[in-house]
Amino acid sequence: MPDLLIAAARVVDPFNGIDEIADVLISRGRIAKVGRGLSRDGKEVIEASGMVLSPGFLELHAHLREPGDEDAETLETGLASALRGGYTAVCCMPNTRPPLDNPAVISGLWARARDMGLADLYVIGCVTRGREGRELSDMAMMNACEARVRAFSDDGAAVEDAGVMRLALQYAAAFGGLIISHPEDTRLSRGGQVNEGAVSTALGLRGIPALAEEVVVARDILLAEETGCRLHLAHLSTARSVNMVRDAKARGVRVTAEVTPHHLVLNESDIPGYDTSYKMNPPLRTPEDVAALREGLRDGTIDAIATDHAPHRCEDKEKEFDHAPFGVVGMESAFPVLFRELVESDEIPLERLLGALTRGPAEVMDLRPPEYGAGIVVGARADMVLLNLEEEWIMDASRFVSKGRNCPFHGRSVKGRVAYTVKNGRVVYAHEDGRG
Amino acid sequence: MVERRHLLDVDDLDREGIERILDMARSFAEVQRRPIKKVPSLRGKTVANLFYEPSTRTRLSFELAAKRLSADVLNFTASASSVQKGESLKDTALTLEAMGVDAVVVRHPVAGTPWLLRKWINATILNAGDGMHAHPTQALLDLFTMRERMGNLEGKTIAFVGDILHSRVARSGMKACRFMGMEVLAVAPPTLLPPVAMEGVEFTCDFDAALPRCDVIYMLRMQKERQQEGRVPSIEEYVRFYQIDAGRMGRARPGAMVMHPGPMNRGVEISSEVADAPYAVMTAQVASGVAVRMAALFTLLGGAEGGDGIA
Repeated sequence: MPDLLIAAARVVDPFNGIDEIADVLISRGRIAKVGRGLSRDGKEVIEASGMVLSPGFLELHAHLREPGDEDAETLETGLASALRGGYTAVCCMPNTRPPLDNPAVISGLWARARDMGLADLYVIGCVTRGREGRELSDMAMMNACEARVRAFSDDGAAVEDAGVMRLALQYAAAFGGLIISHPEDTRLSRGGQVNEGAVSTALGLRGIPALAEEVVVARDILLAEETGCRLHLAHLSTARSVNMVRDAKARGVRVTAEVTPHHLVLNESDIPGYDTSYKMNPPLRTPEDVAALREGLRDGTIDAIATDHAPHRCEDKEKEFDHAPFGVVGMESAFPVLFRELVESDEIPLERLLGALTRGPAEVMDLRPPEYGAGIVVGARADMVLLNLEEEWIMDASRFVSKGRNCPFHGRSVKGRVAYTVKNGRVVYAHEDGRG
Repeated sequence: MVERRHLLDVDDLDREGIERILDMARSFAEVQRRPIKKVPSLRGKTVANLFYEPSTRTRLSFELAAKRLSADVLNFTASASSVQKGESLKDTALTLEAMGVDAVVVRHPVAGTPWLLRKWINATILNAGDGMHAHPTQALLDLFTMRERMGNLEGKTIAFVGDILHSRVARSGMKACRFMGMEVLAVAPPTLLPPVAMEGVEFTCDFDAALPRCDVIYMLRMQKERQQEGRVPSIEEYVRFYQIDAGRMGRARPGAMVMHPGPMNRGVEISSEVADAPYAVMTAQVASGVAVRMAALFTLLGGAEGGDGIA
């Protein structure tokens, strides 16, 4: 394989604070040189003038559906979907069938992903055995196995019992594990379909109050403070949640938080005609919540953008609103949607957006080089994404490589395109004109 | 091709459109008093009743309305639970479309289902009640009933009383009454009111204080399961504060009338004495139902194609 030269890109590297025009030479899977006017002789050259070169993105929160729901997504389609979205690494949630709650199942999944040579896979294990919320899973054994599980979550549900959550945080703290909370009190949200308020009233759908999230955010922050364990809050959706995290960080609680692209861009009034591609949990909230989430992303209260990629079979989504499952796919639409809605509108600088897709999630997961996060410097593994920021196009879910088509951004005008994704020095995705 | 017209909620009509249907309903009501109650207006048209919820009265009312217009009627009744396991709603809808039905009258426990049908198939859709969301023909027949007895509704006050939170009858009814220029109150314990007040609707928990303002008292069915959900402490307590009985009627405006969409829970939201009193108009509501549904079907399916003020 000839050496690859990415010529004259704007290199934006949140890990090393770099933002400059440079050529990047890749040889044998690693970055060999970074500089201006590098020799092109004998190299395969990508003309990248006007484009942005970033470290490959890290997806913190994806449902890859294996094992158990391979007709909704497989490891292979999910990890290929990641590459198409510019993600070179993916953390997958354990709410599969059966759940990922033991080293044997997790090691098997992880080894298969490694052999595919697509995006890297980091498996998140269950907090409780069978995700049943009663007994702790074998967290330390999962941590010690080949797949090196470092984060645990019963995502899809909170650990309902505060006593069990407290034990989980105490236990995980001992080996440096991270507990990821899905903040939802189902006694407040049960039967709910959309945000509780004017829109749920007008649509005649049962509401999910903001409070259902906020009471668990408050509880888990207190438990983390008490135990000293690292806590990560998944998919924040309300202004009050953001404020609680901001206050907790200010007093030194080891808490991090993520937000999804859909909660940053859409609000409850955007749901068109009972379209189930807009049904997700937590639900789309109010414009005030969206503004608070953007502010939280801007000021660093929110560490990372995670898509909560949740593919479903079309026939499961094409149902009555109450009967359709929650969740939307996200990895292939994330960057173009966020670039148009946040960066083009001057709300969030490009460097902050890229930081929230790379360094932010790496810090949440405590991933370090050489595994992930060396950035674009000599010697680093060449995992990068080249972004064309000029291109305007229409998002078309029918062209996703994910099996999921349930995307609320389908048909939306977006800007910015993943032109190339490079993994281990190889071009693993290249956009061709005429493909959505 | 003529664009299909639908009746999904009262928003599909403006005040003028509502009045046109009510005027037409009056002539259809007259037809019902003839010895031969059938007119040939929709001969050759097919109407399918697609009912996913048990509802004898609404289905019979629509069936009778379609038959009196000489349309052919298909009835499809299924429990939502069995359908969830078996054929999908979409496949059922496509089947009806393939059979060439002109209109689908749909009743479904999930809000929004008529909107999905409109997207999936090319037939006129009439919403016969979707979840807690909308029930436009009920709203129209209620307006018709009120107008026949009170004349102009402008400035009159109606109180919807009871489980507003879960009621499609209240949701569509309140909107329709606002369209006609009525003052609208929603009266319920706080746990049975929606989280946010609807536009132009005054929320109150105090039935007794609201009564002296009321020209129309519209009682909603109180389901026992609301007590099991913990939304009211007991049916006895609910009755004490929210039942319409003869004593409370004495405090309403002179000439006030009582309405109820049926079926009634005598002794719960309404006392038997009130239910059987002359100012209670439930049987008039039922009779209006057939005439109003004839008018809605005729407006959507018959007559001059297009541009009739109905969406």
